[in-house]
Amino acid sequence: MSALDTAAAVRAGERSAVDILDEHLARIARRDGEIHAFNLVTEGLARSQAESVDAAVAEGRDPGPLAGVPVAVKDNTCTRGIPTTCSSRILEGWLPPYDATVIERLGSAGAIIIGKTNLDEFAMGSSTENSAFGPSRNPHDVTKVPGGSSGGSAAAVAAGFAPLAIGSDTGGSVRQPASLCGVVGVKPTYGVVSRYGLVAFASSLDQIGPFATSIADAAVLLEVIGGHDPRDSTSIPEPAPSLLDVLGRGVDGMRVGVITELAGGPGGVEGIAPDVVARTRQAVAALEAAGARVSEISVPSAILGLSAYYLIAPAEASSNLSRYDGVRYGLRVDAPTTGEMNIASRSAGFGDEVKRRIMLGTYALSAGYYDAFYGKALKVRTLIMRDFAAAYEQVDVLVSPTSPTTAFGFGDKTADPMAMYVNDVCTIPSNLSGHPAISIPFGVGDDGMPIGVQILGPAQSEPTIFTVATVLEDVAAKGGAQ
Amino acid sequence: MSDRITRDEVVHVARLARLELGPDEIDAFTEQLARVLEHAADIESLDVDDVPPTSHPLPLVNVFRTDEVRASIDRREVLAQAPWAESDMFRVPPVLGEEP
Amino acid sequence: MSWSIEPTLPEGWELVVGLEVHVELSTATKLFCGCANRFGSEPNTNICPVCLGLPGSLPVINGTAVKYAMQLGRALLCDVKPAVMARKNYFYPDMPKDYQTTQYEQPTNSDGEVVLPDGFTVGIERAHIEEDTGKSTHIGGGGRINEAIYSLVDYNRAGVPLIEIVSRPCLDTIDHAKAYVSGLRDILLAIGVSDARMEEGSMRVDANVSVRPVGSDELRTRCELKNINSIRSMARAIEYEARRQIDLYTSGERPRQETRHWDEAAGRSTPGRSKENLDDYRFFQEPDLVPLVPTAEEIAAIDAAMPALPAARRAALVEASSADADVVATLVERGQDALALAAIGRGADADKVVTRLRHDLAVDDFSKVSAESFAALIVMETSGDLTATQAKQVLAELVDSGGDPRSIAAERGFEAMHDDELADLVDRLIADNPDEWQRFVGGHEGDRKKMQGFFIGQIMRATKGQADGRAVADLLAQRGRSPANGSPGT
Ligand SMILES: [Mg+2]
Ligand SMILES: [Zn+2]
Repeated sequence: MSALDTAAAVRAGERSAVDILDEHLARIARRDGEIHAFNLVTEGLARSQAESVDAAVAEGRDPGPLAGVPVAVKDNTCTRGIPTTCSSRILEGWLPPYDATVIERLGSAGAIIIGKTNLDEFAMGSSTENSAFGPSRNPHDVTKVPGGSSGGSAAAVAAGFAPLAIGSDTGGSVRQPASLCGVVGVKPTYGVVSRYGLVAFASSLDQIGPFATSIADAAVLLEVIGGHDPRDSTSIPEPAPSLLDVLGRGVDGMRVGVITELAGGPGGVEGIAPDVVARTRQAVAALEAAGARVSEISVPSAILGLSAYYLIAPAEASSNLSRYDGVRYGLRVDAPTTGEMNIASRSAGFGDEVKRRIMLGTYALSAGYYDAFYGKALKVRTLIMRDFAAAYEQVDVLVSPTSPTTAFGFGDKTADPMAMYVNDVCTIPSNLSGHPAISIPFGVGDDGMPIGVQILGPAQSEPTIFTVATVLEDVAAKGGAQ
Repeated sequence: MSDRITRDEVVHVARLARLELGPDEIDAFTEQLARVLEHAADIESLDVDDVPPTSHPLPLVNVFRTDEVRASIDRREVLAQAPWAESDMFRVPPVLGEEP
Repeated sequence: MSWSIEPTLPEGWELVVGLEVHVELSTATKLFCGCANRFGSEPNTNICPVCLGLPGSLPVINGTAVKYAMQLGRALLCDVKPAVMARKNYFYPDMPKDYQTTQYEQPTNSDGEVVLPDGFTVGIERAHIEEDTGKSTHIGGGGRINEAIYSLVDYNRAGVPLIEIVSRPCLDTIDHAKAYVSGLRDILLAIGVSDARMEEGSMRVDANVSVRPVGSDELRTRCELKNINSIRSMARAIEYEARRQIDLYTSGERPRQETRHWDEAAGRSTPGRSKENLDDYRFFQEPDLVPLVPTAEEIAAIDAAMPALPAARRAALVEASSADADVVATLVERGQDALALAAIGRGADADKVVTRLRHDLAVDDFSKVSAESFAALIVMETSGDLTATQAKQVLAELVDSGGDPRSIAAERGFEAMHDDELADLVDRLIADNPDEWQRFVGGHEGDRKKMQGFFIGQIMRATKGQADGRAVADLLAQRGRSPANGSPGT
């Protein structure tokens, strides 16, 4: 049952939030041992939230648009008094003294926080293999990764553990796992969802986004968590976009561009699988059939995004992760001096990928290298923004694959960091530009695993990209993606 | 092995980042970082002298908070999370070296 | 202003000093969160996720702190420009995020100056906004950082708004350094953005000191002196450091660029431990905050509301009175410049105004002396209606009780004693005391002085102290020079 239907039934008093919770808890009990979507199932909190939703309904009060809907929350989102680990040893057992803004908003909307989901440590990865607490598995094939870094959230929704989940997307960390797990994933415009309480990875790129099994469910979740938050200086001072009422507008007359470089075109990115390109082209054809005017659009700098991203994100991360020093919270490994204690704690508490990115970022910012690396990457960011601005003069939305391949096997890409980083090549440009993008399931690949198609639009074009996604969702539902 | 980054630079960067790397880790990181920097050669060679940098995707400016006191949080809740608290403060081993 | 005697450095050497002054702004809340900006609270009571740098927390900048910073910038005659916050990355347990949010390449204020009372101009490189750190107490080892057994950290001060005012390396004497710091303090108090208390740490001075041969314009290796906690301690620390460096050069060595810790009790500085990550702070723009872009209207409003600042007040008084710079500085420091200008504006003699203020109004509270009554008093004195002695007495009563100087003089029976009246008295006295007069005109210096005292005393007795002693002395001298009495004073 969809989140919208669940909430409607609970608000109407037809279903009890506690019963719905129990059904989901039963599913988790049955299968999460295998999937490992959750670091922690927050049964106690969920039950008390469900009970107050039921009480509100009994008293004739409206518990809100997500009444009784279980939501799985990525474990880098602060929950007061509930462990928030970022899947890192360095934060194991840490109990935040405050709730993230999205947690507050979910609570006020009647949602039920059912658990904290697994991720690549500090959201650094594309497979969830970098979790200190073991990887999550893809519900469609448990020998495959669910993608990452929000792999636990994607897997939770795909496995039916919760109709909705929250993830964070710094370079594709919502969209890529959504694609690999066959669910909807959204990276909103930078500044639409408050980052307050999201443990920072790369502050100028991080954005919280929804997972759902349908566009409409993703829309209601974004309406709930979006909108201005005075606690985040980078929050856009406007209400959340209105999405539910525009989903059915259709794409007649809309201008749709295919990003040539990401869809098998000349001079494009290597390594995008033919079955993925084929599904992307099929989706574009479906939009054309639905009345859209389709063209090929070149975004030349998109290819440079990967290099720019893997300098900018680690640079910001190296600074954001300095605070894990063993002084105020988290892991401390004792040593004779504070400096040595910092080193011992960080060396024991961080995993390899986190250390690698801290090293990379520290190097890119350090004296003598700033101009060649970090400074250069910021200029490439300008080029990407210019290219997108030019593209959006010609079209309303752009289409590309979400991930270059379908879900891969455990260990397939862990030996060479660059092989893993290339997974983000289609998703990274939107993080650098701050623009919104959505990944929607559109058929399967040669291996039978889900493929996601990505719709991109200019800043604050969520209503438009959700509309386009709804058309593709209908096509796929009618068997048009086979 | 690439000449993009040397072992000594890796050791220096680790010190800046307060990480301790064993000899094997230094070797592995030197090679892996070199591969990433190798890939970054595509932007390193770009002529972007006239291109301004973009640090942030948002055009917002002047976001201010009013100077009004808000309740602080209960120190017990925070100190309970400290690896070592004493006299309502955070206890650390001796600090060598002065504040820069 | 306490003018001291400039310590002399060994022949042939001169000082080059630049000061970095950190000032805590007196806002109600911290720079990035709503915690109280309060000195002396119980440890870790003014804290929240933001100023503790807890994972997930985000800063939102205090608009009043930014406004105070711009006010200070304009008071320091800086360019106030669009600015961005930056991160300065280094590890320190007092600093919750292990980076300091500060300003780097684009500070709010740059290129200003402070004019000292003697006219020397101190260039201001920048005055930027940043956050303060928490505070450590070092346990064991007598509280000394390098000998402590462990430390305890209190984050109440973490995130308190600071302005770091960086002077150019242009201070050439210790007196100029002292005058600069007290000048800054006066400015801060005048615009009301900080209480600028060195003893409570709300104003902290670090000194970059180097020396060079006189006449050279090179900038040699400098040392940064920390832990200076008063102006006096700064003067001692600079002098110690200058002598240390000169000794090194003289013995063929050179100083190392380093941070040194001033030990006030021992009267010497010791080298700080060199830090391995010194000078690689990996600055970059703070992505959690957006640019600060002042509008032209905001800056104009700040300028319009700016109170008169000490340098401008001194300049105005010099212009109106042509008094010496140090006298003017004293009056401005005492806050008597407005009274002086008002009295001069009402026609009182400028020299007399300055003299009376300087010598006879060195009191804490002169609020009962209105400009009108003060001006009237000075006019009475210069027109001869009051003698100097009488004028001082009237002024003293004005300070105590206020009122109209004319009625005070009348109540006390201070009759106008005009010059001819006094001259008559003097001539009568000379005639009555011929022996004494002869000793006055014909005696040697000692006798002359003695007899002058005799005559003045007689006049005072006769006039019940209302005569002006100086006028009597002048009359005696004049009569002694006249041909009828021979040629005196040979
Ligand atoms: Mg500073
Ligand atoms: Zn605070």
